[in-house]
Amino acid sequence: MKINSLDKLKKIRNEYQKNVCLRVNSTDSENSDIRIEILIGMATCGISAGAKDTFNAFQEELAKQGVNDAKVVSVGCIGYCHSEPTVQVNIRGREPVLYGNVKKEEVQEIVQKHIKGGNPIEALTLAINFERA
Amino acid sequence: MVEISNNKKLLRIALRNCGLLNPEDIFEYIALGGYESLGKAITQMTQDQVIDEIKKSGLRGRGGGGFPTGLKWELTKKQKSQEKFIICNADEGDPGAFMDRSILEGDPHSVLEAMAIGGYAIGARKGLIYIRAEYPLAIARLSTALQQAGENGLLGENIFGTDFSFDIYLKYGAGAFVCGEETALINSCEGKRGEPNYKPPYPVEEGYWGYPTCVNNVETFANIAPIITKGAQWFASLGTEKCKGTKVFALVGKIKNVGVIEVPMGTTLREIIYDIGGGIPGGRKFKAVQTGGPSGGVIGEANLDTPMDYDSLISIGSMMGSGGMIIMDETDNMVKIAKFYLEFTMDESCGRCTPCRIGTKRLYEILNKITSRKGTMADLDALKQLAYMVKDGSLCGLGQTAPNPVISTMKYFWDEYLAFIKDVDHPRGEGRYTAKNKIGIRS
Repeated sequence: MKINSLDKLKKIRNEYQKNVCLRVNSTDSENSDIRIEILIGMATCGISAGAKDTFNAFQEELAKQGVNDAKVVSVGCIGYCHSEPTVQVNIRGREPVLYGNVKKEEVQEIVQKHIKGGNPIEALTLAINFERA
Repeated sequence: MVEISNNKKLLRIALRNCGLLNPEDIFEYIALGGYESLGKAITQMTQDQVIDEIKKSGLRGRGGGGFPTGLKWELTKKQKSQEKFIICNADEGDPGAFMDRSILEGDPHSVLEAMAIGGYAIGARKGLIYIRAEYPLAIARLSTALQQAGENGLLGENIFGTDFSFDIYLKYGAGAFVCGEETALINSCEGKRGEPNYKPPYPVEEGYWGYPTCVNNVETFANIAPIITKGAQWFASLGTEKCKGTKVFALVGKIKNVGVIEVPMGTTLREIIYDIGGGIPGGRKFKAVQTGGPSGGVIGEANLDTPMDYDSLISIGSMMGSGGMIIMDETDNMVKIAKFYLEFTMDESCGRCTPCRIGTKRLYEILNKITSRKGTMADLDALKQLAYMVKDGSLCGLGQTAPNPVISTMKYFWDEYLAFIKDVDHPRGEGRYTAKNKIGIRS
């Protein structure tokens, strides 16, 4: 499919908007069928700290606990190399939560308490908001 | 809970999408407004308007030199030639620097889009990304991005239905630090030895295979798309009077929050190290920070309130460089730090010009003698003299800046040099030593 005009680009932008609206804003994403997004920092720094294991653990754990409106996304480096692997959890209607040092052992707790239970785990969080500075 | 205070001081332009989108999916980039700048530039703006916009924004090269990007584009455009090239310099070789890697791994499309905009502005049909082979993941993601952009018609023939066609190719560097210098980079792209050339002619006049070539850094490119979308005025409102926008830094060494940050130009070192970096771990005292990698100098406690921009840093004997920032605490010995950097530049010197090839080797030998406590005051004088000789006599940026760590540590940490010397006869330092034989060096 060739994008041969600016209008076509804008059409594609609108079409895919629902896939990313949870990243920028938690409120206006009603028409998306994904309620929860889990962003995992998978640049060289994250991968060397074990982000691949974390990524796989999230997918397994979500399947095991029957969460099917969540999507696990591999993203680039967010810059907090001191706490890799970093995981950001965006849930519709809530402020995003950024976790640091999420090894695969921590995954079960995050899925159980935060994603299913709705209570972020204070001990693992790093400060962040939608301004995402 | 890890404290990251004062997020307000950070501002992401080049890193806007890093950690936000899947770098292997072009549609996520498009959904966040990607490729709209390219569309706007080539369908609604003339080449001169694009260049004018970049010039007005005040964007300067982020690779370290700080040359105005708009001017470079204009100079390349003015050249009369049937073929022109635009090259992205992704040969990030400084020890402790990984800003470009973060951008390429987190948001490769932003670089491709900006290269196409640049190609349109200067009249190039081909672009090259010179990337070091030590970045396999960045290469893989760039290749994926290139393929997706090609499949969707955002690179290739007749982009956006116009008669502008543009393609990008990857070239791999084999790990030489000097290939970050633009003439050496072009030589390496052509398959020759990675050695710098005499300037002039500058690459904008005669570059890749003799054609006008514009070489820009990864981070420079990452700033282009937002300037086109949001306008030059917006970009020019950020930063300081002479340096606009933001700068990405990699914080490493003895600092709590190691990582990649982006701050507006003019943020002071104190803010970066204490407010954003979280200070020094283990309750130890801050001693110095090395900016600009092996080409920069150390900055001590006294200059911590210097605003970070190209000119202020040069005025205190360091340089911006590409943005690596190595923080040292009270347990670090500055003479050994200088020796470490000299060892690096000595290794990386390509050997083309004598001052750099032999000078860095001799500097290293003298430093080695001093740190093994066999040095004399005469060695310190010789070290100083040789440092300035290498600085003034070398052909390219590598040699011209290689002695900076020595010069700046001698300036700010003279006592530590003296502590290694066995015959201290003039502790204040400035040479009263007289050569004892004919070939001795007089300072």
